[in-house]
Amino acid sequence: MSAAPVIRLDGVSLSLGGRPILDRLTFDVPARGVTALIGPNGAGKSVTLRVIDGLLRPDSGAVRVGPGRTAFVFQRTALIRASAAANVALALGPLKLSRRDRRERVAAALARVGLFERAGDAATRFSGGEQQRLALARAWALRPTLLLLDEPTASLDPAATAVVEDLVAEMARAGTAVLLVSHNLGQVARLAERAIVLDAGRAVEQGPTRTILPSPRTPEARAYLTGELPWTSYAAAS
Amino acid sequence: MDLLRRGVLSLALAAGLAAAVPARAEPPSIVVASTTSTEQSGLFKHILPLFKDKTGIEVKVVALGTGQALDAARRGDADVVLVHDRAAEDKFVAEGFAKARKDVMYNDFVVIGPKADPAGIKGAGLQDAFRKLAEAKAPFVSRGDRSGTHSAELRAWKEAGVDLAAQKGDWYRDVGQGMGPALNTASALNAYILADRGTWLSFKNRGELTVLVEGDSKLFNPYGVMLVNPEKHPTVKVKEGQAFIDWLVSPEGQTAIANYKIGGEPLFFPSADKAGK
Amino acid sequence: MTETLHETFARLWTLDRDVIAIAWLSLRVSLTAVGLGLLFGIPLGSLVAVARFPGRDALVAVLNAFMGLPPVIVGLVLYLLLSRSGPLGGLGLLFTPGAMVAAQAVLATPLVAALTRQVVADAEAHLGEPLRSLRLSAPRRALVLIYDVRFSLVTAGLAAFGRAISEIGAVLVVGGNIDGHTRTMTTAISLETQKGDLSLALALGVVLMGLVLTVNAAAALLRGHAARAYG
Repeated sequence: MSAAPVIRLDGVSLSLGGRPILDRLTFDVPARGVTALIGPNGAGKSVTLRVIDGLLRPDSGAVRVGPGRTAFVFQRTALIRASAAANVALALGPLKLSRRDRRERVAAALARVGLFERAGDAATRFSGGEQQRLALARAWALRPTLLLLDEPTASLDPAATAVVEDLVAEMARAGTAVLLVSHNLGQVARLAERAIVLDAGRAVEQGPTRTILPSPRTPEARAYLTGELPWTSYAAAS
Repeated sequence: MDLLRRGVLSLALAAGLAAAVPARAEPPSIVVASTTSTEQSGLFKHILPLFKDKTGIEVKVVALGTGQALDAARRGDADVVLVHDRAAEDKFVAEGFAKARKDVMYNDFVVIGPKADPAGIKGAGLQDAFRKLAEAKAPFVSRGDRSGTHSAELRAWKEAGVDLAAQKGDWYRDVGQGMGPALNTASALNAYILADRGTWLSFKNRGELTVLVEGDSKLFNPYGVMLVNPEKHPTVKVKEGQAFIDWLVSPEGQTAIANYKIGGEPLFFPSADKAGK
Repeated sequence: MTETLHETFARLWTLDRDVIAIAWLSLRVSLTAVGLGLLFGIPLGSLVAVARFPGRDALVAVLNAFMGLPPVIVGLVLYLLLSRSGPLGGLGLLFTPGAMVAAQAVLATPLVAALTRQVVADAEAHLGEPLRSLRLSAPRRALVLIYDVRFSLVTAGLAAFGRAISEIGAVLVVGGNIDGHTRTMTTAISLETQKGDLSLALALGVVLMGLVLTVNAAAALLRGHAARAYG
């Protein structure tokens, strides 16, 4: 928390199709550790990630991200009909790398997610868990300073979820700042040190997960968190 | 980005391969605009190899109606025209699109109709026959395509005193096609039709049709050949085109024409020496 | 009818080298035209799928409409262009296989473009945002999308090939159906029909169907293999 934040949103507003999505959204994300972005459906979490990544331009307000590269792992893995290695290499296209460096980076990233032996296999034939690991490998190969995750385990079974969580934790330990959007509050408790609660396009509450999850202060945060009763107790216990 | 490069490369390669149609060195060749009846009679298949053996010149025949063939030549899309509509040919020369016209050969028209001959024209003269056809309102198929045969048919109606514009009705079928399709239609409808003997002899789908009127001097069908005037179209291959015309009217070419027979019957009769040059 | 059919199959065995030459010309012309159609149609279709520019909707409508462009009109327009008196007469293409390739390429391109637009737009719907997130340039994104749908584009190529090899209106007008030079399967079939030689026409038709089936079977094999490999 001492270093400069990797993300700083200041009064960001955005309407899509005439509907206001973000409303003077303001928050910082520290340059280390995992920060969770939580809130009910429609609160603007995914749009916030897209604004941070530059995929959407806010109507007003300031967005500062960096320094360094940002990687974005989407809820629906975006793999093309090619080998696993080619899918990872795709991310390295804009980087000025020698052929050898590129090959080595791809191999290292695949090895890190345990898919090295499957480098030549068709990515679109992978299981859901493998596809999400491959997406993480692609992010990893970029050596980002910031990793944006949009519900990365939403459609995975518990075992695959655990593997992905381990990988995210490892990346965070290695020094990448992570901003995680997730409805899985157990996951948020396991991975994130800080949480930002979004409601109707505004950050209604933020702070350490160990205080926010069991005892939210604002009524909006409380409504969201208690709406998922079993998770609250689980999160409180962990 | 290896895979992208590979993808683009293979696509380009495929397109390139497909586009690399082997371009053989073409022998000297000319384009002859001629008529469907000449083409479909099979005459060209018989005489052109002889001409090519002698001169090495390849003759590419585009078969159209006489009117279309002359139009194509007017646009400069042919080097030589070989057609059969004397009036239209004379006009072509008068307009300056050709410097001269030469007689090559002739065949004759025949009036074809169902064996039952409901209009009763068998053995009649052309004039009589066409008058009877109009009176009986017997089904009749017309080429309707500004071809030489079409012109001959229109002349026949006129000479028979039939005012087509006033008298034609359901019985008169204008198909707007070549000799072959018109004969196919007539065969299907059991209708009467004016056809050139050459196409009729080589026509296989006759059904109930047979020759009913022939031998009338008005059925005489002369073919003329013309070199397109190079002053109108400089792209005309004068040397090769003239060689073809000279060969056609030479004793050798004339013999080749006379020797083309189907079932022992000649289809065309050489006329270069008769009509004079 | 049965007599004609019987004769047809009897004559299939006696088809001579002329027929093989005609079939080969048809194949060459149509494959070249499809190659050109892919070369122009794929970038055009992708551009329309991915880029946003004024008049794009109109262009999409035109492409869709041109899928059904009447061959005879293409033939006529090309004839007037390629005629010695036309603006492109100097090329000397009229009544050559080159003119037939051009005509069929004009027929194939909108078909390929419209089908490409469809599949690339679908791919863009789920890959577009991630690819932009990877900071790939617009042309590179388009290439990735095209690469992603490459097996679907086989279908576009097939559709174009089917249209090219089976059309007669355009090749007849710009090719002239010259024996030994621009006579294709379709114009030969038409000519034999006109001559009333229906069994020969039908025999040629059987050969044409064989050609089309062979090309389709080869493409189906390729696609099947790809589907097994990539899902």
